[in-house]
Amino acid sequence: MNKPPSQPPAMGWNSPAMARRLRRRYAAERRFRRLGAAAVALSAAFLAFLLITMLAQGLRGFTETRVAMPVNLAAAELPIEPARLKGRGADLALAGAGLEDAVESAATTAFGPMGTDLLSPGAWIVVRDAIKADPGLLRRTDCFELPIASRYDVAAKGVGTPEAERVVAQLQARGVLSTGWDMGFLRDADATDPTRVGIWGAAKGSLLTMLVTLALAFPIGVLAALYLEEYAPKNRWTDMIEVSINNLAAVPSIIFGLLGLAVFLGSFGLPRSAPLVGGLTLALMTMPVIVIAGRNAIKAVPPSIRDAALAVGASRVQVIFHHVLPLALPGILTGTIIGMARALGETAPLLMIGMRAFIAAPPRGLTDPATVLPVQIFLWSDQVDRGFIEKTSAAIIVLLVFLLAMNGLAIYLRNRFETRW
Amino acid sequence: MNGVVLLILTVGLGIIAWASTRMHALGFRRRSGSRTSSLPHHYGWYVALWTAVPPLIFLAIWAATSPALVTDMVLQAPAAVQLPPPGFERAAILSEARALAAGQAHGAFHALSRTLAPAYDAAQTRIDWIATAIVLLLALAGGAYAYLHVRPEFSARTRIERVVLGLLLGASLIAILTTAGIVASLLYEAGRFFSVVPVTDFLFGTHWSPQSIDPRNPGASLGAVPLFWGTFFIGAVIAMAVAIPFGLMSAIYLTQYAAPRARRIMKPVLEVLAGIPTVVYGYFAALTVAPAVRQFAVAIGIEWASSESALAAGLVMGVMIIPFVSSMADDSLAAVPNSMRDGSLAMGATPSETITRVMLPAALPGVVGGVLLAVSRAIGETMIVVMAASGVATLTANPFASTTTVTRQIVDLLTGEAEFDSPKTLAAFALGLTLFLITLLLNIVALNVVKRYRETYE
Repeated sequence: MNKPPSQPPAMGWNSPAMARRLRRRYAAERRFRRLGAAAVALSAAFLAFLLITMLAQGLRGFTETRVAMPVNLAAAELPIEPARLKGRGADLALAGAGLEDAVESAATTAFGPMGTDLLSPGAWIVVRDAIKADPGLLRRTDCFELPIASRYDVAAKGVGTPEAERVVAQLQARGVLSTGWDMGFLRDADATDPTRVGIWGAAKGSLLTMLVTLALAFPIGVLAALYLEEYAPKNRWTDMIEVSINNLAAVPSIIFGLLGLAVFLGSFGLPRSAPLVGGLTLALMTMPVIVIAGRNAIKAVPPSIRDAALAVGASRVQVIFHHVLPLALPGILTGTIIGMARALGETAPLLMIGMRAFIAAPPRGLTDPATVLPVQIFLWSDQVDRGFIEKTSAAIIVLLVFLLAMNGLAIYLRNRFETRW
Repeated sequence: MNGVVLLILTVGLGIIAWASTRMHALGFRRRSGSRTSSLPHHYGWYVALWTAVPPLIFLAIWAATSPALVTDMVLQAPAAVQLPPPGFERAAILSEARALAAGQAHGAFHALSRTLAPAYDAAQTRIDWIATAIVLLLALAGGAYAYLHVRPEFSARTRIERVVLGLLLGASLIAILTTAGIVASLLYEAGRFFSVVPVTDFLFGTHWSPQSIDPRNPGASLGAVPLFWGTFFIGAVIAMAVAIPFGLMSAIYLTQYAAPRARRIMKPVLEVLAGIPTVVYGYFAALTVAPAVRQFAVAIGIEWASSESALAAGLVMGVMIIPFVSSMADDSLAAVPNSMRDGSLAMGATPSETITRVMLPAALPGVVGGVLLAVSRAIGETMIVVMAASGVATLTANPFASTTTVTRQIVDLLTGEAEFDSPKTLAAFALGLTLFLITLLLNIVALNVVKRYRETYE
């Protein structure tokens, strides 16, 4: 074929070369589009995978396996006077009378050699509390449902060692095992045995820490935002304030921990591991977030409102506190809740100020040694005992529920009260 | 009376002053019938502040100094002659006596503390009475002074507003104070570190093993290059290899392709990813991802793969950063003028050609700025590497080998049982200073890039 060279090849819409090129371009278009969809889908899949893993492991952590067994307290003949079972000395009296050993031997009587080590170290406490409620138990044999030790507990949930699973299979054959909610998990603090640990100590520590953070960061953040938006003259000082706030918002959180260690613990001599110090440290971290959110909310209030208030004779302070602040408050609150949610999940700075200690009792005040939820998760994740895996995931679920609630509240506030001017 | 009671007393006096002055102001306002320069509650606040603030300042100083005053007074007591010379025992006896006098303890280990307890009690009572007298005096004097000023023509409002302005300024200065506190504490502790270890040893040394520091030459085992490399490798290479493609493609898909409905659902889902606490990511990395990575490595023939590999920590960190990169890219793409996109589409380019050849080049500075911010976040991230990376410093570019990072080492150095002044703990502050400076630099550069980019299109 002899095409004239002056005619450029395949420019016509109907030529096969053009059609081929178009097909290629459309295919590239589809590929690109699928790539984007895949990126979104994979990110979401990762999130789903993470949540499902945590849920699958963590929900087991809220339950405990119990074994039904008779305890003959009359035969044990605990040396104890009925009068001492009243009031505050009862715990000590029952412990001193050897109740723990009595319950241990009852397990051996009931199940033979596999009865030793079968019960959780906290099992006798269940018996103790029952006796305190009904002292008559000391004179008869009664059937108790007692929590079993961690290695058998995880075996009953399907992730134990083969020998533990054999024991559990035997017990199941006798029909004495049952599963129930582990109420102690929501009521107690840290412990050395996974069947006895609880999340309440850490949750209370988090609560106290967050109270300190909120009490400091919210007023300071709002006042600073008001100053920067409503008053600040354009000069070098204002620039310095702005630069430092923007930088503080991006400083790694562990640096705030170093600051807390050097200043609050080192220079001021405040107590280690205390919610007060943790709250102070997190407040410094949260404040810039509140300032930035607050400034955006204040900026969104239209100038006409300020002008109208000024025109009828209000002073600057009255304009700010009677008009600007109430209108900006939903936005400020949304930012505050998001900042607080971030502080609640923060671990690294609190490790620096010593909140990683083993604390077996919930804190009673701001200066008591305490730990917080994320640090508790970190501490449990370090434990080798298999029983801690489900407890760690359960603690993660508790933390995520709190965070979800806070973020939900923030979204609700934003949708409910946000005004578009 | 102790501090808390005095505090409540002061606040109570302030409230009384506020209420009574307000009534007074309401009265003269009604009587004169003319307008006063301030509202009644302004007068109330004016007197209340004069009543409460001086005693509060006094109480703050008092809380810091009164224990020392009490101890001084006890040392004057006749029984104090038997005290041992200053040292641990003396301090123990004194604190026991204080606990006995306050009723916090019932028994004492040292007999002497029992005899000193009454002296403590007496001194504490005397000091408390003095404090009460001073608080009352200050409150009454301040209140009376202010109350005498309250006249219809006196402008209390301007004074109150000046106080409010001072409060606002003070609150915004806290940010500067925090920055100064960070810089000062890091510089001070790092300075003490560098007086023992030469800066060059720290910055250029390639051997890091703080567990075995030679006291004669601590610099030899405190070379931070392996840490810097590990931080860069995990945070800036592996994590970004995940975060940049995923974040960028998600942003492109959600802004350019997705139906509004899908966008409304998927955007919050990505944001949830950013809201998950890092300790959860760390746990996930250590428990699920790290074993999987090791199995994969063994399956492809790397028998020695570490179970604390850089890859596991980096991958999870990358996932954590995805929403951050995505929202930065989202902002940058949104800032590109629509006319550029429309022009390209009108010329017959497909949407993907428009995005890759027109919009991305135009948005590139913004995207780069966002990536720099993401890198700064990644290298400052602590919990993931504490839980999933290794504590052993190695110089390696193999993602299946173990590496450590600056943040991980800070945590390891400061949570041991070492004394506060050893080069080991001080090294943590030197690492902290380095980390602070690098992230600061990254942030400043990134913010400038983003800012200049925004200005080109506005």
